[in-house]
Amino acid sequence: MVMTSFGVEENDARDRGGPAQPLLIVNGLKKHFAIRGGVLGRVSARVRAVDGVSFSVRKGETLGIVGESGCGKSTVARLLMRLIVPDGGEQIFDGEAVGEPRGITVAEMRRQVQMVFQDSASSLNPRMPVQNSIAFGPIAFGTPKEEAIGMARELLVKVGLNPALFGGRYPHELSGGQKQRINIARALALKPRMIILDEAVSALDKSVEAQVLNLLQALKRDLKLTYIFISHDLGVVRWISDRVLVMYLGEVVEIGPADAIYNAPKHPYTRALLASRPALDPDNRREEAPVSGDPPNPINPPSGCRFHTRCAHAEAVCSAQAPRLGHADHGAHLAACHVEDAASGHSQAVRH
Amino acid sequence: MSRPLVEVEDLSVNFVTRESDVRAVNGVSFTMMPGEVMCMLGESGSGKSVTMRALMRLLPPKRSVITGKICIAGQDVQAMDHEALRRMRGSVVSMIFQEPMTAFDPVVRVGDQIAEVVSLHRGVSHKAGRQRALDLFDLVRIPSAQRRLDAYPHELSGGLRQRAMIALALSCEPKLLLADEPTTALDATVQIQVLILRRRLQQEMGMSVIFVTHDLGVAAEIADRVAVMYAGRVVETGPVRDLLRNPLHPYTAGLLASTVHDQPRDQDLKTIPGAPPDMRRLPPGCSFAPRCGFTTAACNAAMPPALTPAPGRLVRCLRAPAQQPELA
Amino acid sequence: MSTATSDALPPPDATELSLPAQRGYWGNVGYRLRYDPVTLCFGALLLLIILSAICAPWLAPFDPYQESIIRRLKPPGYQDRYWLGTDELGRDMLSRLLFGGRITLTMGIVPVLVATLIGGSLGVVAGFAGGLVNMIIMRVTDVFYAFPSVLLAVAISGAMGGGGGKGMMAPTRGFIRPLCRVAETATTQVRNLDFVDAARATGAPLRLVLWHHVLGNVLGPVLIYASSLVSVSIILASGLSFLGLGVKPPEPDWGLMLNALRQAIYVNPLICAMPGIMILLTSISMNMVSDGLRAAMDVRS
Repeated sequence: MVMTSFGVEENDARDRGGPAQPLLIVNGLKKHFAIRGGVLGRVSARVRAVDGVSFSVRKGETLGIVGESGCGKSTVARLLMRLIVPDGGEQIFDGEAVGEPRGITVAEMRRQVQMVFQDSASSLNPRMPVQNSIAFGPIAFGTPKEEAIGMARELLVKVGLNPALFGGRYPHELSGGQKQRINIARALALKPRMIILDEAVSALDKSVEAQVLNLLQALKRDLKLTYIFISHDLGVVRWISDRVLVMYLGEVVEIGPADAIYNAPKHPYTRALLASRPALDPDNRREEAPVSGDPPNPINPPSGCRFHTRCAHAEAVCSAQAPRLGHADHGAHLAACHVEDAASGHSQAVRH
Repeated sequence: MSRPLVEVEDLSVNFVTRESDVRAVNGVSFTMMPGEVMCMLGESGSGKSVTMRALMRLLPPKRSVITGKICIAGQDVQAMDHEALRRMRGSVVSMIFQEPMTAFDPVVRVGDQIAEVVSLHRGVSHKAGRQRALDLFDLVRIPSAQRRLDAYPHELSGGLRQRAMIALALSCEPKLLLADEPTTALDATVQIQVLILRRRLQQEMGMSVIFVTHDLGVAAEIADRVAVMYAGRVVETGPVRDLLRNPLHPYTAGLLASTVHDQPRDQDLKTIPGAPPDMRRLPPGCSFAPRCGFTTAACNAAMPPALTPAPGRLVRCLRAPAQQPELA
Repeated sequence: MSTATSDALPPPDATELSLPAQRGYWGNVGYRLRYDPVTLCFGALLLLIILSAICAPWLAPFDPYQESIIRRLKPPGYQDRYWLGTDELGRDMLSRLLFGGRITLTMGIVPVLVATLIGGSLGVVAGFAGGLVNMIIMRVTDVFYAFPSVLLAVAISGAMGGGGGKGMMAPTRGFIRPLCRVAETATTQVRNLDFVDAARATGAPLRLVLWHHVLGNVLGPVLIYASSLVSVSIILASGLSFLGLGVKPPEPDWGLMLNALRQAIYVNPLICAMPGIMILLTSISMNMVSDGLRAAMDVRS
C-alpha cells in the first residue's frame, strides 16, 4: 500500500510515555440517565447505563467489548468520545487526564480519538458528497478546502474505493459496505491514534463484513492504530481482538486475553454467552438454552451480583454482595464472580 | 408418498416503478414436503424476502408483477379470490416478522389480539379465544402466562414479544409457517432460546417452516434443507448437513468461508470479492460470475441450468458435475 | 494475501459502472418535479405573475395613478386600449393590477422572509441546544402564539397608524412562532442522527457543525412551511389593506382595490372581481407549488 501523508512516523510527536504506557485508562466510568416523569419533570427513576466501568488499553492493541442489549457498551463508546458527559469516573489518555484542568481538553482528545459508527441511514449526511463528509474534520481545523478534499480522496484509495468514481457520490447511492468504508475514511481524516468502532460491521452482509474486517486489520498495521471494537457478534470480536471485555448491565464482568476468555471463560455469564452461539454443525444442535429469560432492565438492576437472577451457581452471598473485578496486570484474566474470589464465602470459591 | 405442501414453479417477481423495472425474483422453483424445515439463505438483495412474501401474496399489487405458479396445500395462490386468500392466511399459512413490535397493534392487549384472530378464523367466542391464547402462551413458555395475556406489546421484553408473536402465528395451527429473519434483531442468549423453542414447536406440531435468514449459524441450528439464493435465483439447494460440509456452488462456499467463527487471528479472512450486484443491471450469464474465482467463458454466456448432481441437491453452476461429493 | 486492497476494490464491472448518473439531493428533487404536471403548471403561473409584477413599468399601457372622470368604470376593451376596463376613478385596471402585484407580492414575501430568518434561527438554536435554552426560547415565542394572528395584526396596525411598511410588521410577528416551531422540530430530529455526532466528534466548533451538517437538512422542511405561509401573508396583507390598515390609497394594492371597488359591484361586477381573482390565483399557485415541493422532497431514493 502506498504510504502517503497518512503514514504515522516511528516517533509520533504526540506520543508521551512510550510503548509501556497504556494509551487509555478508564476508571470508574459512570453514566446514569434520569427518567423524568410527572408534571414537574421530577426524576422518577434512573437508568444505570454504565455503572463503574474500568479498563485500560495498550498502544497498538485491540480491545473488544461484548455484551447484549442494555449492557451499556454503546454508552461507553459515546462516553469515551465525550458525546455524552459522564456522571463520574476518570479517563486518562496517554498519561493525561481528559477534561481536567491539568490534563488535556476534550477537543484535544478528539483529535487523537475518533469513532466509526454503525452503518445506518443516518451515519452520513445525506446532503453532502462523501468526500466533503470526509473532509469536514480537517476543514474545521483550518485546512484549506482544496487540500482537505485532496486528502479525502487519498483516504478513499486507502479504504479501497476509487475516488474518481466515488468521491462526488451521495450516501444514498452507495451500498452498505461502501458507506462503511466512507465512515472509516472519515474517522481517519484527523489522523487519530485510536479508533472506537461501535458495531461497525454489524449491519453488513456477511461477505462484505469480512472484507471490511480485513481492511480494518490492514489499516491498523499500516497506521499503527489502537482499536476499541464494540460488538455483539462474538465470532467477530474474537477474531479481531487481542483482549476482550465482557459487559453485563452496565458493569464489567470479565476481562482478559481473547483466547483465554473464549477457551476458558470464568464468569457464568460469559460461559452462557459463548454457549449461545449457534454452532455451524447440524449434528451438534443445542437442546437446552444456556440461560433463560431476557437481559434485565437497567433501571432496577438486581441487588448484589447483577447476574445472580439468571445464574445457575447463585447463592445467598451473590444477592447480598456485589463481586469485585479486582486489579492486576494488564494481561490478566479477571472475572467479577464470587466463585473466583477465595474470600467471598461462596461454596464453590476457588482457592488460589 | 404424501403430496408436497408447497410447490413453486418458475416464480418471477418484477417491481415496476416509473424509473425502473427490477426483477427481484427470477425463475425460482422449489417444493417442500409437509413437516420439513427449509431455510432460504441469502444476503440483502437476493430476493429471499420477496419470494416469501409472494407465497402469501403480501406484495403491493400495483407495483409488483408476479408470474409463475405457487401452490400451497394443493391450491393455486395466484388464482385465489380475496375471500379464499383471507381464509388461507392465518389458518393455512402464517408469518412471523423480524420486528415483533410491528406485528402487534400497540393499543390492544396481547391476549385480546390472539383471541380475536382465533375467534375470527374458528368462529368461536372471544372467551374461548382467550383460553386458546393462554394455552399458546404456555406452549411458547411465557412465564406468568395469565398475567401476560393482559399486557400491551410495549410492556413485554424483546424475547417475550418474539414468543408472543410466535403464539399469534400459531394460534390457528397453520400448516406452513413463514419466518422473515426472525432472530436477527435478538441478542445471542435470547436468539438461542427462540431457536430451540421453534424447533421444539415444529417437531411437536408437525408444521412446515420456511424461514429466511442471512445467518448460516441459524440455518445450521434448525433447518432440514437449505436453499441458497443469489440475485433473485436459487443457486443451490440441499440437505443442511451436505450443504455445509460440501458446498457445490462457489457462492455457498464463499459464504461459509467468510462467516467469522474461530478463524486464526493473524491471517486475513477469506472473502468473496466485490459486492452483490445491482438488480437493475445483471450480467448476461451467471449472476455470480463477476465475483467467482472459477469463471470461464461459458459462465458468462448464459445462465447455468439447474443441475442435480445428487438426489435432493440442486445447483446452478457449470462446475458442479466435475466435483464429486466427498464420501463422509 | 497480506493486504486488503485487492479484495477491497470491487471488480470494475460489478457496481461502479452501474451507478446512475450523479444527481445531488436537489437534483433528485428537480427530477421528480419534472413529472409532476400540477406543480409545474402552477409554478409557471406563479412565475408569470411574479415576472409581470417585476416588469410592470414596461408592460403597463397607462399610468396607474392617472385618473379620469369621464372614463369611470368602463368595461374591458373600452376604446381598444383599456384591456381590462377602468376602476371607479377612471384608472386603467390592467396597469393598476400590474403595479399592484408589486406591492402585494412584496407584502406577502417580505414578512415571511424576515420571519423565517428570525424564527428559523431561533428554532435551530433552540433545537440544537436543547434543555434550558430550548425551553426559554420556545416559551418566549409562545407569548406571540397566544394572540390570534389576524386580530394581533389589526391591533398593531391600528395602533401604529397603518401604512405599507408597518402593515408588514404585524404578519411578521405572527409568523415567527410557527416557523420557530418547525425549525426546532426539524433540528431536534437531525441533531440525534449519527452523522451529527460524528461531526461533533471531530472536535469542530459548534457553529461549523451547525452550518455544514444541521442547516442543510433543516432548510427543507422550513422552506416548505415558509412557502405555504406566503399565501397566508398575501391574504393577510390584502385584508389589512381592505380594512384600511395597510397600504393607503392611491397605491394600487389589490386588497385596497377590492375595498374601493366594492361599491361598484352593481355597476360593473367583473371589474370588482378582478383584484380578488388575482389574490386567489397567487395564493393558490403558491400553495400548490409548496405542496409539490413537499411531495418531491419527501420521497427518498
